[in-house]
Amino acid sequence: MSITYLEAIREAQAKLLRDDERVFIYGQDVGGTFGGAFKATKGLAKEFPGRVLNTPISEDAMVGTAIGAAMHGMRPIVEMQFADFSSTALNQILNNAGTHYWRTDVPIPITVRLPSGGTKGSGPFHSQSMESIYAHYPGLIVMTPATVEDAYTMLIEAVAIDDPVIYCEHKYLYYHLKAEKLPTEGLPTGKARIAREGRDLTIATYSAMLHEALAVAEQLATEGFETEVIDLRSVKPLDTNTVLASVARTGRLLCVGESFPWGSATAEIIARVTAEGFHLLDAAPQRMNAKDTPIPYHPNLWSVHRPNAKEIARKARALLRE
Amino acid sequence: MLQTAQRTAKSKGKKGAPASLGEAAVGKGAPPHDRFLEAFRWMLLARTLEEKLVSLYRGGQITGGVYIGKGQEAVSVACGIFLEKGDIFAPLIRDQAGRSAFGEPLIDVTRTYLGSRLGPMRGRDGNIHRGRPRDNQLAMISHLGAMVSVTVGALMAKRFRGEKGFIGLSCIGEGGMQTGSFHEGMNIAAVEQVPLVVVATNNHYAYSTPNDREFACHDLIDRAIGYGFEGYTVDGTDLANCLDVIGGAVKRARVGRPPQLVVASILRLSGHGEHDDASYVTDEIKREPFARDCLKVTEHTIVDLKLVDTETLAEWRRDAATQVDVAISTAQKEAAPEGDEEDWCAISTRDLVDSLE
Repeated sequence: MSITYLEAIREAQAKLLRDDERVFIYGQDVGGTFGGAFKATKGLAKEFPGRVLNTPISEDAMVGTAIGAAMHGMRPIVEMQFADFSSTALNQILNNAGTHYWRTDVPIPITVRLPSGGTKGSGPFHSQSMESIYAHYPGLIVMTPATVEDAYTMLIEAVAIDDPVIYCEHKYLYYHLKAEKLPTEGLPTGKARIAREGRDLTIATYSAMLHEALAVAEQLATEGFETEVIDLRSVKPLDTNTVLASVARTGRLLCVGESFPWGSATAEIIARVTAEGFHLLDAAPQRMNAKDTPIPYHPNLWSVHRPNAKEIARKARALLRE
Repeated sequence: MLQTAQRTAKSKGKKGAPASLGEAAVGKGAPPHDRFLEAFRWMLLARTLEEKLVSLYRGGQITGGVYIGKGQEAVSVACGIFLEKGDIFAPLIRDQAGRSAFGEPLIDVTRTYLGSRLGPMRGRDGNIHRGRPRDNQLAMISHLGAMVSVTVGALMAKRFRGEKGFIGLSCIGEGGMQTGSFHEGMNIAAVEQVPLVVVATNNHYAYSTPNDREFACHDLIDRAIGYGFEGYTVDGTDLANCLDVIGGAVKRARVGRPPQLVVASILRLSGHGEHDDASYVTDEIKREPFARDCLKVTEHTIVDLKLVDTETLAEWRRDAATQVDVAISTAQKEAAPEGDEEDWCAISTRDLVDSLE
């Protein structure tokens, strides 16, 4: 048996619906026999009648409704059809859900699923990675699972958490990533995982970029360099300690993320490591993000717009030569 | 458009309501609504409180803005007075009368405006953004229209849990009606068929912008049918009309009719906030029938119909003033929040706090 990243998300939701009567799924096209644009809720409406509900194309009201329901005892999961469209729900997510606990002492346990990141041919409005925007605002937890196992356990954990969780699931990983079976438990959120050990260079990354980084590490190993690859798993909270400990071993840091560069999660990691671990660094820390343009449609452009293994390897080699 | 003339259910005792009206206090006339006098007293309390808040603001004792509901008290009290335990109330900027009628203690207001650490917002948010979500009084955000869908969600939660007989009431102005969030909220309310009443008060200005730059439809109530709501208009200066129409909408929502929209017409008898002198309000509009002061109109009705004698009215005023004075002096004695003692944590899950350490 093998299970994909997408199937893990579906299975996690099935388990949540089965185990917790407070859970319902709210989003465009998630219900009926359709089961979502990516089929992440396939079959769930039939299995759990009245709890997997189609909504109008109203991202603001979808999240607002989830906030009200969460405030009164439910555990809604909102599926954004694409992460990009969550921009029209920013007000509810940032100003309503994100401020509510601080203002009123009443937390808002919603989970907003964002099908994130680029796939070729998807263009400017179906490819975005929004984690850096959400991490910027107070009051939210931002998960960025990179493995089938994390996709499963972190979604279950997201719904259990009393605070709003932005769950960034990567569309590129939906079908490409497979595991033998679903885990029974995972690392807790907020704890980064060392995906590959090494002594020469640390690459700190998350989501789909983890797999680009692992490919780079493989390549660099043939050139005699041992790369440590850290899967951050969540960008908020950010496990700075694990990154610092790794940099203490390697002295070199490259951060890779798929969101736009300005004020990105990668910039935050570098700021923290520089402030707290400057003495650990043998070279100036570096980062790679998508280019500072809208995301292009054509595969030839898209494939070089976001960081890819070839470019990450080039940057890593330059850093290793410092 | 259909105008309801339904009378509401008999007055029910309510925690925190003004002191009993008392047989002796009631004159010979019959009130135009059985909760007319009770509603008037909430209006009086709200006006008395807000006049005091304005004077504190002018005296430099309130930081941030003061936003009052002068002229909107009749609409607002009708929004709060018919709600029962278990109902959801999403008041907005000018709903002091409704908040009080719903059960908000005055001390919540004065603590929030005066920045007491003991208030519901503990100095973290101010003025009209206060709320007690655990007691079903939602805490509005400034982004207008956003609370409609939140109310819908709260009602869905109750339905999921199998509760019966509850409703939600969400307040908005004609300014907020022009937001996308309001539109989405109204539409989703009708899609979900939740027991919701939306009361929209057209006070004729969005801050300084008059109606002709806010919307171009013939009448805002015409939108009700487009949303799948039942719609009613009301003269917001006429308390009995407000109690009839809004009370009727509450009753219909409670028995499972489609969501209800009530559009009230008034003039805002203050600035947007107390920092605003409202010099843009034209003399012409001040002569419109909807520009009447609902509190004065109600008082005239009480006197004309001899509902209570003048001594009783005077006693009610004294009672309101005393309640307000106590709430203010109590809050004034309380400590303010301090930055070095604040718990600077925006999430409740402590082990997931993002630490810069």
